[in-house]
Amino acid sequence: MGVSPAVEFQEVRKSFSEHPVLDGLTLTVEAGETVALIGPSGCGKTTALKLVNRLLEADAGRVLVEGRDVAREDAIALRRKLGYVIQEGGLFPHWDVRANVETVPRLLGWDEDRRRRRAGEVLGMVNLPAEEFGARRPRQLSGGQRQRVGVARALAADPPVLLMDEPFGALDPIARRALQREFLDWKSRLKKAVLLVTHDMREAFLLADRIAVMDRGRIRQTGTKADLLERPADDYVREFVSEAS
Amino acid sequence: MLVAVSTLLAAAIGIPLGIALTRRPRLARPILGIAGVVQTIPSLALFGFLLPLPLIGGIGARTAIVALLVYAMLPVLRNTYAGILSVDPAISEAATGLGMTARQRLWWVELPLALPVVLAGVRIATVVSIGLATIAAAIGAGGLGVLIYRGIAIVDNRQILAGAVPAALLALAADGLLGILERRQSKWRES
Repeated sequence: MGVSPAVEFQEVRKSFSEHPVLDGLTLTVEAGETVALIGPSGCGKTTALKLVNRLLEADAGRVLVEGRDVAREDAIALRRKLGYVIQEGGLFPHWDVRANVETVPRLLGWDEDRRRRRAGEVLGMVNLPAEEFGARRPRQLSGGQRQRVGVARALAADPPVLLMDEPFGALDPIARRALQREFLDWKSRLKKAVLLVTHDMREAFLLADRIAVMDRGRIRQTGTKADLLERPADDYVREFVSEAS
Repeated sequence: MLVAVSTLLAAAIGIPLGIALTRRPRLARPILGIAGVVQTIPSLALFGFLLPLPLIGGIGARTAIVALLVYAMLPVLRNTYAGILSVDPAISEAATGLGMTARQRLWWVELPLALPVVLAGVRIATVVSIGLATIAAAIGAGGLGVLIYRGIAIVDNRQILAGAVPAALLALAADGLLGILERRQSKWRES
């Protein structure tokens, strides 16, 4: 028996007050692979991401994490098992960097020593050594640093799946490029399944193993960069892709 | 003193109520509306309404406390409600997304961030209460108001001032102290 995919959408539908946002979404993210979900604003990609950690619930179809239907799981436990990174970091301004990073371990009841050690590890991974940055407040950090703390926070409990919603979108091009490069570094070291929502095709090409091109609630094509460039499924995909090359 | 008791009670009831209202937005408008209307009732009139009531009425401190409570509630309620809603939704969402329960989110994130606004509500309530407490002397509640009224009755400016000045100073002091507390809280909440 094979390993279940890390994340799987099966014919998922979702509407907001009569307005359909997801219309039969089907997608798989295998363990250890990075899939970029890309499309113009309003195509439903962020909605799709939020179905995985149940910030939103599907109207029809199933969303599975590691083979289990998320609707059957306890939402709180589920979220603590998934890493979640949003644009602008969403850091808690009244806590220092270390406390922010220790959030999920704290929710999971780890003892203080274990939390500290892990925070140190994870902050080191994102190049923000704890000795120097641990006690700082979010407002004392640059945008890029804050985003790194956000990633560290998501990785703290070592989740098998990382959900990233336009994580580098709010950064200036230099910071963005730096973080993208760092992402590639973490990617090769950590081997986690990543579902990355982005509107930037270049970013998708750079960071993802496979790319799912979305349009109005459905996926037009899923494939590697080569697949999309050489064998685009239709004009929509072709145009979308051409913007990046 | 009167003010301390009623303000504390107003906070004790108002803050949780304000929190509850954030969970039921449909209730918020009518309740805040009613509280607002009550606030416009002249205080002497409110004291008058309460006098004849069986349990909470009668001449004296208890009625005054009830009346002060009613007045002090609105700023506390309104500020608690507004304060919690003013927390950046991205932060609340991050809190939920990371796996906090609603209660954890409230206690660990939303309340601490809303604290400056909530404290401002308590400060307003305190200052308003001090002013009203002096009026409460009219219904026999005692306190600085007594001096003011007596002074008015016998047209003695010194007595009026003897009551009014400390009351005003008290109000200023409360405003000042709570203001410092508020500012200190908001300083390190900026992000």
